[in-house]
Amino acid sequence: MKMPVPDSGVIARRRAIVEALRAIVPGEGVIVDEAELRAYECDGLTAYRQLPLVAVLPSTVDQVSRILKTCQEMGVKVVPRGAGTSLSGGALPLADGVLLGMGKFKRILDIDYANRCAVVQPGVTNLGISNAVAGEGFYYAPDPSSQIACTIGGNVAENSGGVHCLKYGLTTNNLLGVELVLMDGTIVRLGGKHLEAGGYDLLGIVTGSEGLLGIVTEVTVRILRKPATARAVLIGFPSSEQGGDCVAAIIAAGIIPGGMEMMDRPAIHAAEAFVHAGYPLDVEALLIVELDGPAAEVDHLIGRVAAIAADKGAVCTRVSNSEEERLAFWAGRKAAFPAVGRISPDYYCMDGTIPRKALPQVLTRMTELSARYGLRVANVFHAGDGNLHPLILYDANQPGELERAESFGNDILRLCVEVGGVLTGEHGVGVEKRDLMTDQFDAADLEQQQRLKCAFDPDGLLNPGKVFPTLHRCAELGRLHVHQGELRFPDIPRF
Amino acid sequence: MTITTLKPDTDAQLADAVRWALSAGESLEVLGSGSRRGLGRPVRTTHALDLSALSGIVAYEPEELVLTARAGTPMALILPLLAERAQHLAFEPPEGGTLGGVIACGLAGPRRISAGSARDHALGMAGVSGRGEAYKGGGKVVKNVTGYDLPKLMAGSFGTLTAFTELTVKVLPAPEDTATLLLFGLDDVAAVGVLDRALRSPYDVSGAAHLPDGLAARSTVSALARAGGAVTLVRLEGFGPSVAARVAALREELRADVVLDAPESRAVWREIRDVGCLGGVGDGGGSGAGPGPLPNPPPPSAGEGADLYARLTPSPAPAGEGWGGGQGGQGGDTPHLWKLSVPPASGPSVVAAIRRTLAVEAFYDWGGGLVWLTAPPDSVAAIRRAVGAQGHATLIRAPDEVRAVTAVFQPPPDPLMALTRRVKDSFDPKGVLNPGRLYAGV
Repeated sequence: MKMPVPDSGVIARRRAIVEALRAIVPGEGVIVDEAELRAYECDGLTAYRQLPLVAVLPSTVDQVSRILKTCQEMGVKVVPRGAGTSLSGGALPLADGVLLGMGKFKRILDIDYANRCAVVQPGVTNLGISNAVAGEGFYYAPDPSSQIACTIGGNVAENSGGVHCLKYGLTTNNLLGVELVLMDGTIVRLGGKHLEAGGYDLLGIVTGSEGLLGIVTEVTVRILRKPATARAVLIGFPSSEQGGDCVAAIIAAGIIPGGMEMMDRPAIHAAEAFVHAGYPLDVEALLIVELDGPAAEVDHLIGRVAAIAADKGAVCTRVSNSEEERLAFWAGRKAAFPAVGRISPDYYCMDGTIPRKALPQVLTRMTELSARYGLRVANVFHAGDGNLHPLILYDANQPGELERAESFGNDILRLCVEVGGVLTGEHGVGVEKRDLMTDQFDAADLEQQQRLKCAFDPDGLLNPGKVFPTLHRCAELGRLHVHQGELRFPDIPRF
Repeated sequence: MTITTLKPDTDAQLADAVRWALSAGESLEVLGSGSRRGLGRPVRTTHALDLSALSGIVAYEPEELVLTARAGTPMALILPLLAERAQHLAFEPPEGGTLGGVIACGLAGPRRISAGSARDHALGMAGVSGRGEAYKGGGKVVKNVTGYDLPKLMAGSFGTLTAFTELTVKVLPAPEDTATLLLFGLDDVAAVGVLDRALRSPYDVSGAAHLPDGLAARSTVSALARAGGAVTLVRLEGFGPSVAARVAALREELRADVVLDAPESRAVWREIRDVGCLGGVGDGGGSGAGPGPLPNPPPPSAGEGADLYARLTPSPAPAGEGWGGGQGGQGGDTPHLWKLSVPPASGPSVVAAIRRTLAVEAFYDWGGGLVWLTAPPDSVAAIRRAVGAQGHATLIRAPDEVRAVTAVFQPPPDPLMALTRRVKDSFDPKGVLNPGRLYAGV
């Protein structure tokens, strides 16, 4: 993975840059000490590490605005960072870039039940929002597995999902507004407490833009009333194909479960050995279907799901009859990643989405690839929306294994695109999948996306080297090629 | 005005048409069926780009919850197809026009409060930018965060960024059953309070509206027409046993007066979606003064072979499918229809502020967050002053000549307007596509 070549001129001006930042953020808010900068050298994608030129931790919107304006004037790149839990390297620092940490923006500003929303600073954790409104029976729906640590600002940047997003949507479907600071220091508000922002849906573009368009300094999220009840069904199948058929049949029956997770045999065995959830070990696919909502609805649908499972050849079906039992069903799935961590020195978590009908084909090809690369793979799968999380098992201490694991992962993601899916369902492109973007998008597609970035950041200073495999100057992207008189215009029907 | 319509049959012809306009310094009015030409500022161009020939379902996979169709596919083709498999577009768009038009105009109905808007269901797009370049964005699966979420930007862009060729949308199971609780005689503040309680309840409310005194009487549903005053409505949808249980519980909790069964419930929410009690959204040419939908092009007669240009004859908009249809007049005093998007709890106070200076009729949807309002001409300043910075007001129905000189969409503050212009330029630097439809000069 190549990052843009650091600008030695910028590195040479480090002292002046630090002074300029200290004039904005006094005291310990500007970090230059190498040992302290280590804390920021990587995010959740730990294979890539880089010390930033300097780190700055502002605590006010005005400081953020002045930092960005100053960096733009000095021609210095900026890498934003929330809690640093990105799994795609979205917060990987640059040697010639300022790392802008938003960790001091931790306040919940306003909880407004009458408008069913909360206004928070970006450094508030995902779970922190739900906890703040739990007393009134509310919660914030998207629940990425890192929700204890990850911040809402990072969730906006990555458009984070979670196990419940088939029914409740991703971050983008649960936001009402943000305050955003552009690279030139301009502060804009997109949306608010009203449901529909006017004009272009810039909130929709900023959400999931991976820190390339602006710095979010305030977020207004929708909060929902907690479902009255939740029950889960644990279903085992002799083949993943039958498991996939069952998922399709549940959806065809008009049922959108709160969560619908599938695990393959290696993942089931790893999880069971770790937490003893009581999973059946003689099945190839295990499905957890959770139904949530009013009790009458959940009780009605549990029966229908169990009947569909039987019809699709389930060899074991267990319905949770208590909250303890429901949590036990989930315990193995929630512990799947650390469970795999116990059976392998390292693992590499992938994140592609496929049309669900392609699941058997993709799993077969993955088994073939596993044999070819000589690396094991375990699969957990957000079955409802086709989001795969293959875990590639490797040992970083064995020479060449990390590279093999990465190549294997790249092949899996290309396979996802080949069957009609996409490179990433919730982890983001970052640096990890950047060079695969050309597998999913043509040059024209990527150039148009980069032109949109130019509207926000004309000098390309915000988080460069992420998402897009090739950097272009905005002037070059903006050039129009108009060929007078060379058009096949007469072909077009005219009236 | 003579308008030449270009009607590409293929994506390549569409790209050619845009490139021709670029090279000739012309601009294009982008149209699907033309049914929503009356929405937004009128586009003054000498050429129209008619996308209705780019029509047809590309892929519909109910179990994948995804439908891909050509942009000009009529909604009248898509909705019955989904209904056959007990699915629907959950954002409750209007039934007419094309899929491209629904997405471009970002239209959503009462279920917006629980299911989201058009933008929440737009998964993928392909089209030709104002640069004459074909490109695509998003994907064809329900969960995707690869690259910028361009389908969202396209929703509500009113054809000013890209002429669509193909769209992929999320489709969802249609509710098996539906019922609506009615409460009679509440004033606006009390009604929005009741809607708030309903929306805070764990009963998954999917519609929350209030028709003040005088407006409910215009309904075709007898329980509303005979109520003799204001009616507050709370909708519950889903599986039969679930709806029954929630109706029982919420009826008790809210002390509702009446429960509408499924057919009546569907009828009344269709009326609310279509703003029937205020004369309809008039999605043709405002109050009938606009150019209306494009007529089907006449087949060229033998003698006209050399000249494919034909003059488009303006035709009147179809009569609104309103309740009373009382707004059909053409006079200069005909009230204009406004759509206000505000924080739900603020709906009544915003309307009260407007009422201090204007004679208006108004009703509430989205739990109070959407206000439909008819006001006399020249009310724009008073309405926007009342809304303030907490939301925005859009002029939905007014004659072309009014919309041509009015900021139909509330102009954003300067820094956001500057960003908006740069976003437009990044797709359409020469202003080829629907110039001025959203804002003057954009």
